[in-house]
Amino acid sequence: MNAAMNTTVIRVVLPTHLRTLAHVRGEVRLDVEGQATQRSVLDALEVRYPMLRGTMRDHVTQQRRAFVRFFACEQDLSHELPDAPLPDAVATGSEPFQVVGAMAGG
Amino acid sequence: MISVDGNRHTPCDVPVEQSRKGAGMSGVRVLVGTRKGAFVLTSDGKRERWDVSGPLFAGWEIYHLTGSPADPGRLYASQSGGWFGQVIQRSDDGGTTWEPVGNQFTYDGVPGTHQWYDGTPHPWEFARVWHLEPSVTDPDLVYAGAEDAALFRSIDGGQSWRELPGLREHDSAPSWQPGAGGMCLHTIVVDPTDPARLHVAISAAGVFRSDDTGKTWRPTNRGLNSDGIPDSDADVGHCVHNLAMHPSRPDVLFMQKHWDVMRSDDAGESWHEVSGDLPTDFGFPIGVHAHEPDTVYVVPITSDSYHYPPDGKLRVYRSRTGGNEWEPLTKGLPQRDCYVNVLRDAMAVDSLDSCGVYFGTTGGQVYASADAGDSWAPIVRDLPAVLSVEVQTLK
Repeated sequence: MNAAMNTTVIRVVLPTHLRTLAHVRGEVRLDVEGQATQRSVLDALEVRYPMLRGTMRDHVTQQRRAFVRFFACEQDLSHELPDAPLPDAVATGSEPFQVVGAMAGG
Repeated sequence: MISVDGNRHTPCDVPVEQSRKGAGMSGVRVLVGTRKGAFVLTSDGKRERWDVSGPLFAGWEIYHLTGSPADPGRLYASQSGGWFGQVIQRSDDGGTTWEPVGNQFTYDGVPGTHQWYDGTPHPWEFARVWHLEPSVTDPDLVYAGAEDAALFRSIDGGQSWRELPGLREHDSAPSWQPGAGGMCLHTIVVDPTDPARLHVAISAAGVFRSDDTGKTWRPTNRGLNSDGIPDSDADVGHCVHNLAMHPSRPDVLFMQKHWDVMRSDDAGESWHEVSGDLPTDFGFPIGVHAHEPDTVYVVPITSDSYHYPPDGKLRVYRSRTGGNEWEPLTKGLPQRDCYVNVLRDAMAVDSLDSCGVYFGTTGGQVYASADAGDSWAPIVRDLPAVLSVEVQTLK
């Protein structure tokens, strides 16, 4: 946490298709303002890479797409509330927040 | 889908006179959408040797890839998938580079319900864009046909999309039911002489026409007869697979219905059957020769439960009389052990002097004929299942 700016550097791992769409290689490092939550991380991700809007969650309802999962620290966080704090290891940048294409969908 | 220069129902992106100056001065770009990416096939005007590039957008379903008749460098692609939803890609340099543009397809207002397979009301839910139809005059104006059935329009090159809700709000819409492939708006025909007149086809609701640029709509299915619905000649409920128009004669429409090949001579006010002597009148695509408005192409398929050609023989049928009298075109096409399908958007024509005809199969072959269907050769044999084929005729 950068106390002066109140921002945190969050590491995000995207699935192959979304890395290709966003033209990124490897992990993404995001400056996230305030508490690190699913919502704040995805908000920051979509600001940096607007082409990802609608690919992980619905444009309007913000609901996670059915075959997208969010993992971190060997846990499935997909069903956590969007404003629930992410694990400390993610918030401190020692572990990445993973966006995963579920093992479904063909 | 049969198209003229990347737009099946509209004038050429270069004047025919220019493209007829000689094969050496022109070329074609075949745009192929597949289950696992897009491919671009290019050749000079002889159409004998081909370059194949791709896959673009590898791993994604490309329901449609098409070019603007107003600017051949402007291409649009509908990229979608079960994991990550809908993306629209745009190229301004003929497919060399692409950029994702707007992908927010939100139904206007409270979308209401249509009938589900079991007859219960089902909320309208956006699934994907099946078809993109760019304007013949404005490269930034493009229509998108969606599943669940709705028509969207962009006037800024795909950056943003607005629904034309009058169609989905038609009185009959709560009774619309999906076909086996979903309730998709798959065909968009714009009258090139009157851009306010739009025809769309929905599986399984039928054809609808607007004369005011999409504000209001009415069903135009009179003359259709479908055994698979309780009232066989109902106003709506027909499983129309595809429409085609020659740009010089916009009041004449051809239709491949689930069963039956149909023709209208009054812009859809009424239809009559022109299946004639076809071996089977089930099929998906239909199209019109670039220079002969009464030359029509279909690919007969055995039946709705056997989605492959009769007798294992892949045959395009051509009518030079606007229907009823059909001839099989077989030279160069497999005439044994062939069990592929040709989907509704997977046939197109170019506008070179000798009209080229192209189609793609669910087996991944793309066949081309440089002589209006008299003979065929595969451009490529082993692509993923082909969902769409369009052609641009280039200077």
